[in-house]
Amino acid sequence: MGAKKIGKQTVRLNEGVRIMSVASTVSKKESEGPLGKYFDKIIEDSMFGEKSWELAESHFIRENMELVVQKAGLKMKDMDYLLCGDLLNQCTASTFGTVDFQIPFFGLYGACSTMGESMSLGAMLIDGGFANYTLVGASSHFCGAEKQFRAPLSLGNQRPPTATWTVTGDGAAVLAKKGNFPCIMEITTGKIVDMGITDANNMGAAMAPAAVDVLVNHFKDTGRTPQDYDVIATGDLGEVGRSLVVALMKKEGYTMDGRYTDCGIEIFDKNAQDTHSGGSGCACSAVTFCAYFYPKLMNGEIGRMLFIPTGALHSPTSSQQGQNIPGIAHAVVIEGCGEKEARK
Amino acid sequence: MDTSNRAKQEYDQMVKKASPNSPIFTNCVKAFFSGGLICGFGQLLLDYFSKTNSEDDAALMLSVTLIAISAVLTGFGLYEKMGKQCGAGTIVPITGFANSVVSPAIEFKKEGLIFGTGAKMFILAGPVIVYGTLTSMIVGIIYYFIGR
Repeated sequence: MGAKKIGKQTVRLNEGVRIMSVASTVSKKESEGPLGKYFDKIIEDSMFGEKSWELAESHFIRENMELVVQKAGLKMKDMDYLLCGDLLNQCTASTFGTVDFQIPFFGLYGACSTMGESMSLGAMLIDGGFANYTLVGASSHFCGAEKQFRAPLSLGNQRPPTATWTVTGDGAAVLAKKGNFPCIMEITTGKIVDMGITDANNMGAAMAPAAVDVLVNHFKDTGRTPQDYDVIATGDLGEVGRSLVVALMKKEGYTMDGRYTDCGIEIFDKNAQDTHSGGSGCACSAVTFCAYFYPKLMNGEIGRMLFIPTGALHSPTSSQQGQNIPGIAHAVVIEGCGEKEARK
Repeated sequence: MDTSNRAKQEYDQMVKKASPNSPIFTNCVKAFFSGGLICGFGQLLLDYFSKTNSEDDAALMLSVTLIAISAVLTGFGLYEKMGKQCGAGTIVPITGFANSVVSPAIEFKKEGLIFGTGAKMFILAGPVIVYGTLTSMIVGIIYYFIGR
């Protein structure tokens, strides 16, 4: 077992890896939601002046990544590695969005858990001494995702109440070795969990067991309980998935109280914005973390947070062939600036 | 996480309990009236066209008119708004069929005229055409042997 590994699935970073800066760029719909005022950049035209939804997503990525590096006071060439991903086939949104950066690139696919995956690996690269700065992020686009996974936008069909709404945007962070910033302390990498869900309109139910699995293992590995955190936030389970997590965790003997929320619930007003169960997509957890939680970690309002982006690992082909929808979730422990001061 | 069959069955029950159902009753009522309105409008058109044309020609002109209206509404993004409210009411009439052809044609325009619009135009309507034709063949064969 590795020297930094604790328990079955968790690693503890030596001195923690700093989240030096974050940036979030979203479209009009997200800006009209409850978190509207927190985002860095709002792009009214979801086509972003491009010819296709796919290129629009790449544009979101490019602008947001340039912004996050600029906010860190660094240059793109200072980044040792870039780790990011999206929902499009073969992660082409990330490819075409970052091709001009010319920095070593790991393309990731963790479906909507990608922000957790990129933060985990980006932090491990730094903690392992392989990099000084890593650029991590995740993106999604409502229109591109609908086109690939569901139905054409102008088709006159009805969405069931369990459906979620893919967030359009990009969330990105610069991770660094030093500095007085919120710190990634532990990482619990999730396993693929398949509980037999086949309804592609109920992603919350497909992913909730994976979130529970990583939560339970995280608590076992670290010896902590939910009450050791100020905020626990899953990625995009929505109302349905959140209620399932609470119920499943209760069966496992853990109480998920008011400190547990879901980014998909935070980002939209489901009644006013007609988003049904909540927000989803890689960008859901990515932009909610960057825009909403990071500032609270920075100013000490949140001492310690458990951030768990969740993903559904299916493709249109696997679903059409009748395969289940397995879920995955990655947990990242982030301690705020206040927490660090308190421990000194 | 316990992923045994028993746990999966239990979870399935939990999911059913946690997932709100579609409002079937209101959906049905909306579909009944909106579908009825479209069909009523169709009947008015048919009556109008029948004044100056043969029955066959009038029926054809009616279909073409409804399809054209639906295609234009789809192009302007209005049919999806109607579909959200009306559900089956706007899917079942011929206008829904037109919507299901035009919407992928628009969606896949970026992939070009051949591999995009041309190839993808029937991804939704294709099965209806294939199995509609197949069913009519089977019915025709049965009719040939026992119906006459």
